[in-house]
Amino acid sequence: MQNTIYQKLLSRRVIFSLIFLLLLAAPLFMSDFRLNLLGKFLAFAILAIGLDLLWGYTGVLSLGHGIFFGIGAYCMAMYLKLEATGGTLPDFMAWSGMSELPLIWLPFQYPIIAILLGILIPAVVALFIGYLTFRNRISGVYFTILSQALVLVVVTLFVGSQNLTGGTSGLTNFKTLFGFQVNSASTQTAFYLITVVVLGLVFFACRKLIKGRFGKILVGIRDGENRMRFLGYNPSAYKTFIYTLSGGIAGLAGMLFVLQVGIISPTMIGIIPSIEMVLWVALGGRGTLIGPIIGAVLVNAAKTGFSESYPDIWTYFLGLLFVLVVVFLPKGITGLFEKWSDRRKKQDVSSSVEVEKSYS
Amino acid sequence: MSQAVLKLKKVIVDFSGFKAINQLDFTVQSKSVHFVIGPNGAGKTTLLDVVCGKTKATTGEIKLQEKKELSKLTEDQIVHQGISRKFQAPTIFHNLTVKDNLEIAMKQKKNLFSMIKAKWTNEQKKKVNDMLDLVGLKEEQDQLAGSLAHGQKQWMEIAMVLMQEPDIVLLDEPIAGMSKKERNKTGELITKIAKDHAVLIVEHDMDFVKEYADIVSVMHEGQLLYEGSMEEVQNDPTVREVYLGRKVEENVVN
Ligand SMILES: Nc1ncnc2c1ncn2[C@@H]1O[C@H](COP(=O)(O)OP(=O)(O)OP(=O)(O)O)[C@@H](O)[C@H]1O
Ligand SMILES: [Mg+2]
Repeated sequence: MQNTIYQKLLSRRVIFSLIFLLLLAAPLFMSDFRLNLLGKFLAFAILAIGLDLLWGYTGVLSLGHGIFFGIGAYCMAMYLKLEATGGTLPDFMAWSGMSELPLIWLPFQYPIIAILLGILIPAVVALFIGYLTFRNRISGVYFTILSQALVLVVVTLFVGSQNLTGGTSGLTNFKTLFGFQVNSASTQTAFYLITVVVLGLVFFACRKLIKGRFGKILVGIRDGENRMRFLGYNPSAYKTFIYTLSGGIAGLAGMLFVLQVGIISPTMIGIIPSIEMVLWVALGGRGTLIGPIIGAVLVNAAKTGFSESYPDIWTYFLGLLFVLVVVFLPKGITGLFEKWSDRRKKQDVSSSVEVEKSYS
Repeated sequence: MSQAVLKLKKVIVDFSGFKAINQLDFTVQSKSVHFVIGPNGAGKTTLLDVVCGKTKATTGEIKLQEKKELSKLTEDQIVHQGISRKFQAPTIFHNLTVKDNLEIAMKQKKNLFSMIKAKWTNEQKKKVNDMLDLVGLKEEQDQLAGSLAHGQKQWMEIAMVLMQEPDIVLLDEPIAGMSKKERNKTGELITKIAKDHAVLIVEHDMDFVKEYADIVSVMHEGQLLYEGSMEEVQNDPTVREVYLGRKVEENVVN
C-alpha cells in the first residue's frame, strides 16, 4: 500500500518534470510562429492555475479575472509604449490633445517598477474587493455576479478614458524591452522560455501551498464555510488571501501575454475572455493544478484552429463546449484520468484479493 | 465542588417579535454531563446557537469562566475562547480523510499566516492518534470522511469537537439515527469526555438522558422550567404537565 502511493507520487513527479523539460526544449523543434502561440497559451495557463486555486480549491467562482489579467497587461504595455516613443508623448495622447505625460503613466517609464506594479496593482485591487465582499459574507452566486459587474465597470472605464488607455484600440506598436527588440525571433524565444519558467514556479509554489494543512483548510472552506467558523477559522481572511494571490498571478500572466502578443485592448480583457478563463479550468479539471494548464492549452489551441477556418463559429462552439463539460465532465479531463486510474486500481485490488484467497 | 463554566444571565433571543429564548438564566457546571430536554420549539437548539455565536443574543450576557463575555465575539473567536459545538446533522468534510478532518479541527493558531507555515509537531501527531483511538476510528483514518457509516461520522464529529480542547462541549441530538449499539458507544464516549470537559447536550431520547445525565434542564417556551436530576425531573408535577406526561408514566411502569 505504502509502496504504491510512493510509486504514484514518484511517477507523477516524473511526468511533471518531463512535461516541463519538453516545454523548455520546444524552441529546438517548433517554428517561431507555433512557439509564439504556445507561449501565449502558457501565459493563459499561469492565470488558470491562480483561478483554480480560487475556484477549484476555495470554492469562489470569479467571472472577472479578465480585469486582473488586463491590468497586468496594461502595466507592461504602458512601459513598452513609452519605450517605443522614446520619451515623447504616445500618439493617441497627442491626438486627444494632451501636452504632457499624465501622472499615472510616470512610474511606467521604469521597467522594474512597471513589472512590480503589473503584479501589485491587480493584487491590491483584488485585496480591496475581496476584503469588502468576503468580510460582509457576500459569497456564492452573489460574489460571482459582482465579479462580472466589475468587468463591465473596468472595461467601460478603459474604453472611456481614451487619453489614458488608448481607448478601444488599446496599446500596441512596441519596440524594445531592456534594449532588446521585442519582435525579434530571439527575444520572442526568450519570452517563451521565461513564460515556461514562470509557469513552473507558479505551479510548484501553488502545489506547495495546497499540499499542506493550508490546502485542507481551503477545501474545508469550499465544502463548508460556516462549519469552518465553528472550528475557529475566519474564512473571509482565507478567501481574501487566495483572491489576492490569484489576482496577482493573473496580472503576471497578463504581462507575459502582452510581451508575446504585442497588443492589449479592452476586448481582450472583457466579459467573454473572463468567461473563457473559467472554461479552461472547468474543462481541464478544477481542484487539480495540472488540470487548468491542460485546459488552457487545449481550449486555446482549439480556438486558434477554429478561428483560422471558421472565425464566426468559435463563440457558439465555446458555449456548446461549456454545456457539454458541465453536463458530462463535471471534473474535467483530469477527472476522466482519475476515473480511469481508479478503475485500474480497483482491478489491481480485486486481483490481489483473489491471490490472497487462493493462498489461504 | 465543581464550579460554573458557563453562565447565561437574562438572555433574550428575539426573532422579530417572537422570543425563542426569554429571560433565560442558565448555568453549566464543569465536568458534568448536562442534558437539556423540552418539547419541540422550546428553544433548546437556539440555546446552543446563542452560546456558540451562530445566533446573537438580543439582550443579556453570556460568560465563560466568570470572565469572558461571549456575546460580542464572532463564531471563530468564541471557539478560541473554549466553546465548541457539534451540529445536529453531521457536518464534516467529506472530501478530506478522517485524519485531515481532525487535523484542521485541532487546537492551534488558526489565522492565515500561522496556517501557511503550519507543520506537524510530535505532540500534535500524538493528540490526533489518541483521539482516533478514543473514538475508535484508527483503522479508518486514511479513508475519506464521506465514506464513513452514519454512526462513525457522528463520532468523528465529536472527535473534531474534542480536538479543539474546549472547556465546554455542545452537542445537539448526538444519537439521532443511531442503532442501539451505536448509542451505547456514544454514551460511553460522552461519559469519558465529561471527565475533563463540561458537556451540554440537547436530546429527545429519555432513556438515553436517564442513563447518562448528571443534571437535566427542562426548557419550555424559551425559559427554564425545572432543573435537577433525572429522577427529580420525572417526579416534578409541572414538568409532567407541560411535557413529559405520558412518557414518564411509561418509564415508571417499566
Ligand atoms: N432563525 C429563526 N427565525 C425565526 N424563528 C426561529 C429561528 N430559529 C428558531 N426559531 C423558532 O424558535 C423556536 C425555538 O426553536 P429551537 O430550534 O430552538 O427549538 P428546539 O427546542 O430545538 O426544538 P426541536 O426539539 O424541534 O429541535 C421555534 O419556534 C422556532 O420556530
Ligand atoms: Mg432543535
